[in-house]
Amino acid sequence: MNQTRPDTAGHAPGYSPGRTLPLRVEFARQFRRRRTLVMFGLLLALPWILVVAFQFGPAGGQNGQNSLRLSDLATQGGLNFAAFALSVSAGFLLVVAVALFCGDTVASEASWSSLRYLLAAPVPRDRLLWHKLLVALTYSAAAVTVVPLMALLAGTLAFGWNDIRVPGTGEVIPAGDVLPKFALVIGYAMVSQLVVAALAFLLSVSTDSPLGAVGGAVGLVIVSSILQAVEALGSLREFLPTFWNTAWLDALSPQPEYGGMAKGVAISVAYSAVLIALAFRRFRRKDVVS
Amino acid sequence: MTFRGGRRAITGIVALAVLVTGALVWALWPAPAPPPGRDVTIPVLDGPAGDQRVTLDATFFAPPGLGSGGGRAPAVLLAHGFGGSKQSVRDQAERLAARGYAVLTWSARGFGRSTGQIALNSPDYEVKDVRQLVDWLARRPEVLLDRAGDPRVGIAGGSYGGSVALMAAAYDSRIDAIVPQITWYDLADALFPDAAGAGPANGVFKKMWAGLFFSSAADRLAPEGGLGAAGVAGVAAAAGGGTPAGAAPPPTPDQVRCGRFLPAICDMYQTVAATGRATPEAIDLLRRSSPVSVQGRIAIPTLLIQGRRDSLFPLSHADANARVIAATGAPVEVAWYAGGHDGGDPESDWVFDRTVGWFDQWLRHSARGGTPTKSSPDGAAFTVTRDGGRDPGTRRPVLLHATAGRYPGLGGTDRTTVDVAGSPQPVANPPGGSPAAISSVPGFGGLLGGAGGSVSPALDIPGQAAAFESAPLAGAVQVTGSPSITIRVRGTGDTTLFGKLYDVSGGALPMLPSNLVAPFRVTATEAGTPVTVTLPAIDWRFDAGHRLRVVFSTTDLGYATPAAPAVHTVELASPRLTLPRDPALTAPSTGPVWWTWALPLAGLLAAAVLLLTGRAPRGAGRTDEHLADVPLVITGLGKRYRDGEKAVDDLSIRVERGQVLGLLGPNGAGKTTTLRMLMGLIHPDEGEIRIFGTRVLPGAAVLSRLGSFVEGPGFLPHLSGRANLELYWRATGRPAADARLEEALEIAGLGAALDRAVRTYSQGMRQRLAIAQAMLGLPDLLVLDEPANGLDPPQIAEMRRVLRAYAEGGRTVIVSSHLLGEVEQTCSHVVVMHRGRLVSAGPVGELLTATAPANGSGTRLEDVFLDLIGEGR
Repeated sequence: MNQTRPDTAGHAPGYSPGRTLPLRVEFARQFRRRRTLVMFGLLLALPWILVVAFQFGPAGGQNGQNSLRLSDLATQGGLNFAAFALSVSAGFLLVVAVALFCGDTVASEASWSSLRYLLAAPVPRDRLLWHKLLVALTYSAAAVTVVPLMALLAGTLAFGWNDIRVPGTGEVIPAGDVLPKFALVIGYAMVSQLVVAALAFLLSVSTDSPLGAVGGAVGLVIVSSILQAVEALGSLREFLPTFWNTAWLDALSPQPEYGGMAKGVAISVAYSAVLIALAFRRFRRKDVVS
Repeated sequence: MTFRGGRRAITGIVALAVLVTGALVWALWPAPAPPPGRDVTIPVLDGPAGDQRVTLDATFFAPPGLGSGGGRAPAVLLAHGFGGSKQSVRDQAERLAARGYAVLTWSARGFGRSTGQIALNSPDYEVKDVRQLVDWLARRPEVLLDRAGDPRVGIAGGSYGGSVALMAAAYDSRIDAIVPQITWYDLADALFPDAAGAGPANGVFKKMWAGLFFSSAADRLAPEGGLGAAGVAGVAAAAGGGTPAGAAPPPTPDQVRCGRFLPAICDMYQTVAATGRATPEAIDLLRRSSPVSVQGRIAIPTLLIQGRRDSLFPLSHADANARVIAATGAPVEVAWYAGGHDGGDPESDWVFDRTVGWFDQWLRHSARGGTPTKSSPDGAAFTVTRDGGRDPGTRRPVLLHATAGRYPGLGGTDRTTVDVAGSPQPVANPPGGSPAAISSVPGFGGLLGGAGGSVSPALDIPGQAAAFESAPLAGAVQVTGSPSITIRVRGTGDTTLFGKLYDVSGGALPMLPSNLVAPFRVTATEAGTPVTVTLPAIDWRFDAGHRLRVVFSTTDLGYATPAAPAVHTVELASPRLTLPRDPALTAPSTGPVWWTWALPLAGLLAAAVLLLTGRAPRGAGRTDEHLADVPLVITGLGKRYRDGEKAVDDLSIRVERGQVLGLLGPNGAGKTTTLRMLMGLIHPDEGEIRIFGTRVLPGAAVLSRLGSFVEGPGFLPHLSGRANLELYWRATGRPAADARLEEALEIAGLGAALDRAVRTYSQGMRQRLAIAQAMLGLPDLLVLDEPANGLDPPQIAEMRRVLRAYAEGGRTVIVSSHLLGEVEQTCSHVVVMHRGRLVSAGPVGELLTATAPANGSGTRLEDVFLDLIGEGR
């Protein structure tokens, strides 16, 4: 970031702005936090909880032909199960995880008062924000990836490695063909969470309360989801940040359609670019009083 | 100040809430109350001789704002479907009236509260009734007249109601425009279709639909819905209940037999239903009630809306109507929508909008002279509703309306052929015609197939069907119209066959587009009777890689088939399957819309503008060489709170090397604000701070020579004390060897607690750890804010010693405190602040001496201090 280059004259020996707050250090600072570990533990456990839930459920899934909903097809195989796990977690659990990693990152430092010592170290403000954002986004991406991957593992162990059956039509796509698409789906899920991440980050910069930042971002998702159910809003809904979140289902259909995903990426990138820029702008000028 | 961001966030949330509420109110605001309808009974005379008195139960909806005698509006007659009544179309009537039409709905004779018997839209009965309704409208003061006794009037209706619109248009020249929906051209052909083109006399009896059609008119089964407007749901409801309880007398045998049908029609139906063959008399009677008998007499603007999911009146009926009306030169438009008698999506809003658009165009605009202008945005000579994928928000099917400037008929604008292959196959007709193949189940299609879905499963019985299949398609083919194929049937005697065209893909069940079949009757010969079969009209996209499969089955659940067992052989006379297309038919583009590209670019641009215009204030900050050796110079420093009150006002201080400076003042004196500015945490409003000659800005590199402990410790609670200090030092990016970690830890004196998580520490332990953190790297300037808080007396004494020793090496220490004794015992120099201003500065000793005389007795700093801030005695 092209922050005002601080004067380098008269600094302490060995100090260089470009070496402050290395990413490794920020990773280490965040990693041992209880909330990080608990969140990842939950995300890793979810697929196994679902597997157990399906094992205990009434065995109605075998008459296959009639019910072609995603949830009914979940036990068809590892890939189907992973798609199901992603669809049930993307709506809320992953939103909370992403909002947590990105909303908590600056606000928690402010609430611990450690932010002021980092700034006085001094870590240049843009650099501090940039590295915090990168680390938070990496943790978020890991959260989004870990659910479908663990579900793939759990589903394959529990239900076998089978070709994927598409919800709605019941068509079968070979597992080998769908694997690269699966990477695309995970990538899209990450991009579609970018708005949540950016908003949480902006709120994190603006408030000293980590809960407020996380809750604000989750609140936006809830409001947006409610609004998108109001069909009277017509095509205005297309510009809601959550509207395209399930568009990745199109990529798994026999005739993949990427129009919705393209729109989703467009919305997501546009909103998050502005929100992140606002976060930087605000933090540069902010009087740190925490 | 603390809540600056919070307040903004609250403002944002409130703004969002207002926006959301506004949008919801706007979206959900109730429409203005519809104009109330007025119930009227209109007596009419009809019958072949015009002498039968019938009372029609009708409702008149005056257009709002006109009823009191102002202007006059065009009128619309809204007819209901079979089995319904005027109540079935009440909602549509209210909406039409709200759009400025005088609307008359009525229960047709034999339905609802109207008297008389059902004559199937006979010119002698129902049509005469409608003519007298037009007479009635002509007498209304609200209705626009073309001439005396000739109102400006259109007719709309579905199914039975659509048919009466067509028939009335043929017999009454005063009618100006019609919108018949899902209705017939030839009722005989609809009930006895023959896809080989031999006419109803040779047709296959559509027994299930015919049965539903006739039985739903019986009084005891009359549902409020009806077959037209409300679709098949009405039939299902009627099947489930609706039997009036107790009070009514038991029906007479004649009522049970014929319901409210005219006896002649009842007798005709009983005959044909029993034999499954159309008699010439029956065909004659049914055609009297059909537009086929009035060819050339309907010459007014007509919008034909037919359903793609309709096995009762398939698209070919609208096609025939369109052909004969267009032949008179009258404007005709055709729309194939997603609904029909078999269910599908009723598209109520779209159908209503098209209907209103048509009347606006021909009843309203033409009145002002000149050629009518296109008023309906969807208006086009040919419209087909197609599947547009799913709405990504609701995951519900989305419909697209493909349009073309010309209606090409069922032959399409061009054709393509696909070769199908298959050996001659024997097919068996099961005795009694059971079990039968299933294509659609009349009356229940919408319930079984799921509303909105374009197909539901179809079933063929092995041994009863011959199949001929194509190779996988190289490219997608969009078929619009009736495909055809020629086959030969070998054997002896008559047989009925049902032609179907399946879409076969790899994994899923084969799909039968719109669940339609083409029934035909053929007399087989040993040499093979050639038959050219016109398959059902469809609009369907066969995707690349799919196969086309033509199947000829001997049975279908919906039709009457011969009871005698027989076996015939079906073979291809020609492998060519002719597929009509209409490439002109285009849906609105589904490609990426412009904002897919523009929006992210605009977002990135906005982000760049925000970042470039939002740069942090750039310091003039070259190092002032004269001050390069002076640890701290503060000049004219000022900072306001948000409410405008000054926290720090015109503060100027100079601190030299080796000093231990006490910053003294009561709470709220501005000490902490000054120290925060010193650390680059908050921006001064005026003045500047220079550390070793370099101006302090947020993140200025010279801050690396500053060690600070201000307003309490700041640690990551989940890490140990040692990890905190190590990570802090690594965050400064300086060499680990420079940290002097062990020396600092010695000062903290935490012992074994150093490896416990900080959250377990006491206040004093954190305080000591924070002071140790400030001393990491032995900074040239050390700033400590209230360092003695939470320390016990021996620790305070130790602290004093450490600080004095620290400064003796030429380093500088600034200690802020409100404890006077503390400053007196620790510091060499003191700066006294009060209400943001500098009150006094200098060596501690000097300050004490200077004020000694004023006191007389022993001088203590406390007295001096109170004196200075004006709160002394």
